[in-house]
Amino acid sequence: MKLVNSTLAALRAVRVNKLRSALTMLGIVLGVSSVTVMMAVGGGASQRIQTEMRNLGANTIVLNSGALKSAGVSKGQGSRPSVTLADAQAIENEVPAVTATSPQHNFAGMQLIYGNANWSTLVTGTTPEYLTIRNWAVSRGRAFDREDVIQGSKVVVLGRTVAEQLFGNQSPVGQEIRVNRVPMTVIGELAAKGQSLAGVDTDDTAVIPISTALNRVVGRNPANPRAISGVIIKVRDGANMASAFSDIRQVVRERHGLLPAQEDDFHLINLTEVMRAKEDSARALGILLAAIASVSLLVGGIGIMNIMLVSVTERIREIGLRLAVGARRSDILGQFLVEATILSLIGGIAGVVLGLGGAVAVERYADLGVVLNGQLSLVAMAFAAGVGIFFGFYPAWKASLLQPVEALRSD
Amino acid sequence: MALVAVSDLTKTYMLGQTAVPALRGISLAIDRGEFVAVMGSSGSGKSTLMNLLGCLDAPSSGTYHLAGQDVLRLSSNKLAAVRNTSVGFVFQQFNLLARATALENVELPMVYAGIGWRERTRRAREVLAQVGLSDREHHRPSQLSGGQQQRVAIARALVNQPLLLLADEPTGALDSVTSDEIMATLVRLNEGGLTVIVVTHDAEVARYARRVIHFKDGRVVSDDLNQNIRAAA
Repeated sequence: MKLVNSTLAALRAVRVNKLRSALTMLGIVLGVSSVTVMMAVGGGASQRIQTEMRNLGANTIVLNSGALKSAGVSKGQGSRPSVTLADAQAIENEVPAVTATSPQHNFAGMQLIYGNANWSTLVTGTTPEYLTIRNWAVSRGRAFDREDVIQGSKVVVLGRTVAEQLFGNQSPVGQEIRVNRVPMTVIGELAAKGQSLAGVDTDDTAVIPISTALNRVVGRNPANPRAISGVIIKVRDGANMASAFSDIRQVVRERHGLLPAQEDDFHLINLTEVMRAKEDSARALGILLAAIASVSLLVGGIGIMNIMLVSVTERIREIGLRLAVGARRSDILGQFLVEATILSLIGGIAGVVLGLGGAVAVERYADLGVVLNGQLSLVAMAFAAGVGIFFGFYPAWKASLLQPVEALRSD
Repeated sequence: MALVAVSDLTKTYMLGQTAVPALRGISLAIDRGEFVAVMGSSGSGKSTLMNLLGCLDAPSSGTYHLAGQDVLRLSSNKLAAVRNTSVGFVFQQFNLLARATALENVELPMVYAGIGWRERTRRAREVLAQVGLSDREHHRPSQLSGGQQQRVAIARALVNQPLLLLADEPTGALDSVTSDEIMATLVRLNEGGLTVIVVTHDAEVARYARRVIHFKDGRVVSDDLNQNIRAAA
């Protein structure tokens, strides 16, 4: 009965004093919603890195042809075509930690034509292992196999974006397209992967057998007809990446006949390490966002504290009157506790809802992936509600200790 | 037995380091059905006595029996019950809840008495009718005149049928015509058997009372029957 009365009185007070209630809730709403949004953005950044890592495949090392230096000027990666198909085979055979290699021969911006639709994209000539290493599934049709590589089959597997550009919603499987004027049959379509961290559309690609790329579509490098663009190397799970890395380097150096004093004529990149660095920066971003969120929650908390202290202090006369007409201390405490709780809960819920809305808006309009973290929102809500309840309750508790006449006299 | 019996009541306020005595030993007995006016200049201690009689403050020393009960020994909850049901208090500044209607203001003491809302509404209506405000039940204090607000406050003081009605300068914020109306209401209530104590500095107001007690510097200086009672208009 008492609690029911207190609750009714508190609800009435909340409803009757709309402006005061709204101001009180504002701090809670802003604190909780900003934490929700920021943690969602931070979570999104770290999730994108993890996704990219998974897309790329963990434990991956990339071998590329080196740079040609002429009179001290480096001409950039691949300008010195040194890596060959045989290198890839040797790495797979000679380094025990390596489970698979996938040689690649690429050409960026190659035109694909179907009927009167055309699209330029990155064409990668490779082996069937490529899709395994990159954890890439085929959503329609099939991938090419070892036989296609041996035969130099004129078959192509399209990325989602390319398939969409050329065929719309139609299935591309079985259709004939021209790749750099060479007629080829589409045998499959890759599952969508989305954007990479660098903002590159991973699905904007076409994959063909490496033999076909070398002999028909991309063509050979005039400086070294045996050269390919590079090799993706997959190291066994749990193997020491650093020692695998140096083993691979040694194998390639030996095969290229480099003397100890000579520089590498190739580039070896440990992608896991690159990703780890990116992950570290995402974690730093997350910590920064968490710090900002904590500060805004703290500022919100101070706001809640102030408005609660002010609004309860200005009601000490009311408390005095209630005591004078026969309210017990427990009645006063109950009323103010329930009132502060109701305001804090409504504010907290509104904050979470606003935060979720904000996070969705960020996702849609700022094109940033977000990950909602309900637990953190609840923690923020609990903090804001705790501050609101304490500072709504504390002055009322102090006032209830006064003699009624003292409370009535206060201004 | 007297309804109100106080003896050697003192009250000293501390203003910083200095002790300011407001009551310097008051002994009084007031019987059921009396209409008493307590007079004195400001600072004479009359309002302090009123607050002590209404259990709104605690004395520094002395005893206070209300209807035979030693109220100074009561627990805080029992004291709340005394304020709730034994004493009705009318303030100079009305002290109504600004956001509540007349009806809700009158219901307030009954809320703390644990009376259900149906009964509350019925009794609040009844008492508002007694003070002539049936047509103002749903008005807020800001929509009422000073006299009407004070009548709402009287209705609130009466609604739990107290033994004692205490009015501290009830007409202090009102013009003379309205003052007469309020005093007439108090006289009527007293004629109905209610014990009424009014604090005032206004001799015109005190003339309604049958007994007048004069205060000066925290002491009773005279306690006489009124030979010249003013009839209620």
